[in-house]
Amino acid sequence: MADFIFWVIWALIVASAALVAFGNNLIHSVFALMGTFLGVAGIYIFLNADFLAVTQIVVYVGGILVLLVFGIMLTNQISTAQISQSSVQKGLGLVVVLGVAAIILTAVLPHDWVGSTLPMEFTDTVTGIGNLLFTDYLILFEIASVLLLGALIGAATLARKEL
Amino acid sequence: MDHLSSYLVLSAILFSLGLYTVITRRNAVAILMGVELILNAANINFVAFSKFVTHNLDGHLMSVFIIMLAAAEAAVALAIVLNLYNDRGHINVDEANALKQ
Amino acid sequence: MIKLALFILFLPLFSFVFQIFSFRRFEEKKGEWVSVGIQFVTLILSLVMLGMMLSKSDPNFSLELHQSWLDLGLFKIDLGVYIDNITVIMLVVVAIISSLVHLYSTAYMAGDVRYSRYFGFLGIFTFSMNGIVLANSLFMIYIFWELVGLSSYLLIGHWWEKDSAANAGKKAFITNRIGDIGMFTGMLIIATVLGTFNFQAIAERIHDGVWAANAGMLFGGIEPHKLLTIAGVLVFMGAVGKSAQFPLHVWLPDAMEGPTPVSALIHAATMVAAGVYLTVRIFPFLTADAMATIAFIGGFTAIYAATIAITQNDIKKVLAYSTVSQLGYMVMALGTGAYVAGFFHLVTHAMFKGALFLASGSVIHAMHHSLHHLNDHETDPQDMRNMGGLRTKMPITFGVFMVTTAAISGIPLFSGFLSKDAILAGTWTYAAIVHDGWLAHLHLAWILPVFGFGAAAITAFYMFRLIFMTFYGEAKQPQIFKHIKESPKVMTIPLIVLAILSMFFMFTLPSVNPISDHGWFTTVVQSPESAVTTGPAFDLEHFEHGMHKAHVPAMVTSIFVAGLGILLSVLVYLLNKISAEKLAAKLGALYRGSYNKWYMDEFYINGIIRPFLKGCNAVGRFDLDYYDHYLINGWGRNTKRTSKGVGMADDLIVDGAVNFAGIIFQWLGWTLKFIQTGKIQNYLIFVLIGAALLYVVNVF
Repeated sequence: MADFIFWVIWALIVASAALVAFGNNLIHSVFALMGTFLGVAGIYIFLNADFLAVTQIVVYVGGILVLLVFGIMLTNQISTAQISQSSVQKGLGLVVVLGVAAIILTAVLPHDWVGSTLPMEFTDTVTGIGNLLFTDYLILFEIASVLLLGALIGAATLARKEL
Repeated sequence: MDHLSSYLVLSAILFSLGLYTVITRRNAVAILMGVELILNAANINFVAFSKFVTHNLDGHLMSVFIIMLAAAEAAVALAIVLNLYNDRGHINVDEANALKQ
Repeated sequence: MIKLALFILFLPLFSFVFQIFSFRRFEEKKGEWVSVGIQFVTLILSLVMLGMMLSKSDPNFSLELHQSWLDLGLFKIDLGVYIDNITVIMLVVVAIISSLVHLYSTAYMAGDVRYSRYFGFLGIFTFSMNGIVLANSLFMIYIFWELVGLSSYLLIGHWWEKDSAANAGKKAFITNRIGDIGMFTGMLIIATVLGTFNFQAIAERIHDGVWAANAGMLFGGIEPHKLLTIAGVLVFMGAVGKSAQFPLHVWLPDAMEGPTPVSALIHAATMVAAGVYLTVRIFPFLTADAMATIAFIGGFTAIYAATIAITQNDIKKVLAYSTVSQLGYMVMALGTGAYVAGFFHLVTHAMFKGALFLASGSVIHAMHHSLHHLNDHETDPQDMRNMGGLRTKMPITFGVFMVTTAAISGIPLFSGFLSKDAILAGTWTYAAIVHDGWLAHLHLAWILPVFGFGAAAITAFYMFRLIFMTFYGEAKQPQIFKHIKESPKVMTIPLIVLAILSMFFMFTLPSVNPISDHGWFTTVVQSPESAVTTGPAFDLEHFEHGMHKAHVPAMVTSIFVAGLGILLSVLVYLLNKISAEKLAAKLGALYRGSYNKWYMDEFYINGIIRPFLKGCNAVGRFDLDYYDHYLINGWGRNTKRTSKGVGMADDLIVDGAVNFAGIIFQWLGWTLKFIQTGKIQNYLIFVLIGAALLYVVNVF
């Protein structure tokens, strides 16, 4: 059963991501992106990353996606639900991307990453992440807070009309 | 679902689709979506390696920071996009080639 | 008592600050009452201290206040106040002279262009002098030592429009510096060996053998006793400078360019006595050899300066050389071990020499006014050859002059007799019983009484010469004489006070025996034991025993030589039995030498300063002609030549290479500019293709 659900999610991610990449309607793409994000959250659950799954939904679906929708709405004259979008250099892009994909797969798959070890079944990652965040990763955490502050101020400054 | 390779393949596909979006889309918001796809692909890899290979939470931490970074990036990028729109009336990246002159 | 002392110390500083920062508001004659008032307050405070001290009458009384000033771990400097009987007496002396001089100056300096500044400088001088007196350590004494040097410099140069005054100030300052170098070196030697600057601690540690233990180790195996001698003589060098001892005495006569009240305060009574005071402070750790040196320098100065004073015609110059000579007396007394006598003479001398200077100031003031009246700016108001017969016109000044001259000449019933007699007895004793020190080893100890008695005779001679030339005889310049008036009361009252203080009983109360110095002074001031344990040093008991025996013969001789000097003076200058000109002609070279101060200034200028400048010039010329010409300029020329060669190489090789690189990149730019589309997505594709190529190249 779990296997089945896993593969359904797997397929959902690939399908919705493909829609993001190839779709002609921008609104469709955005909603397909929501599918991708939710699917990735599901993948996190299969990987025992409960904290990340929740964060994925809250930040991506609740935050970034909404931002993107706002961005679309603020930059188009919306009369219909259809906002068409076009692409450039499709052929060249496809060739290059396929090449890169091929390289990644040939580089990664043949390697024996796991060896004989069994996968780790995390039961509760929140405590561990919290501990690490305030011990080994403290400096990174502080820098991240400064970065967020900078982004906040920067975004506010940039978005003002009278820049 | 218990094989690392299934995750790696998923992330590779996600990465490629994101990359394709970034390369081909003219709309800046669409390109942003591609970037998000790429970042998600990277996150999947981190978490997957965390479970199957390193057996610790460092990968999760990396993902947390990447999500944080994605949020910041989205905010700043959208502010830039809005500026671009205010300046030119469109957000087509291929026409924003003032650097060439 | 400490609090009183601190008040006495800092009140004059307040006077200085007030005068300096308010001189615009109190221009002309308005602000002096603050300074004068402050001085009289300090006088009252110090008299209170004197009363407290006399009511105790304890020769060993002392108080000390420490304050850490600089703490560098191993090296500490404490500043503090040390009070004993000597301190209190010195404070009183300084306060008396300073307050009287302040009062006197309000009349003498009236109408001066820098009136309030003058009072300000008097304030800082009094502050620094009190600092010296109260200092508990060599280091603190050194600080105030330089401060009195500064105020002396400022006051000598008070009329700096006159070149001679400005030069005299510089001369005083620089000459003092030479002595101070020695003093500082000596201080550092002592502090290095003993780790302290404090007088009490130094004496204690030397006594406990710290010096003997450390000195050799720290100074390359030198014998500790020798090092102590060296240190003592070096510190004494400071006194040589400040107290104008031979050979650094040359600044004091020139310092007479300053206003006369300043001469009375600084260059007669207090500052020049600071050197003697310093010697008093370091007395317990002087070795026999150091004391012999000090005694010899003092004795030589005493007679040397006295011989110069005979022939001077400037009234202040006579007094200046007399001061040098008397300071020599004090130093000689300390060197021979007559500690009480030396300090006693310091105090009595402060009184009568202060009075003499103020009285001469009174004469000069009168002369000056008379000349002013006559619109005469050529005649020198200080030249005794322009005076004569003044006793009828200036009775108070004349009376004071008589009393104080009697005191300095050592006539019984006056203070100078007691102190001088004690000093002469000290030299007598030294010659008779002391066997340590190089003077005794060379069998030269007898030279000290010769110096002493000789100087006493000469002193009596030239002081009465001064009196006779100034106050007796006929007026040499009748017009000037006509307008001479007695000075105002604010000038004569200080004179009278000081004249009273030159009476013998002021120092011997409660006993009133004109030929014995026994009294309050000798009760509270007693010679300390020597702390030196490293070798031969001053032996107090032995010496006092000898003093006792020498007292009467020394007194008789001193009265005799003083009488001899006075008699000669009377014959030459009062009765004109012997013509001074003929005497001068007969003595020839001796007269000329004395008149020209034994050519000491000329010796310094021609023997030291000129050769030094010549050496400087020679070195300068060497620099210019050889060093600059060949080394510096030659280096320049060679560099220029080399540069030319290198420049050519640059043009051909380096520039060629650079241009070639430029051409290549220009060509590349032309070729590659077509892929710069300005579209970010194109660039991304290039990046990816590049990355893929790198991977492929790497793997296959």
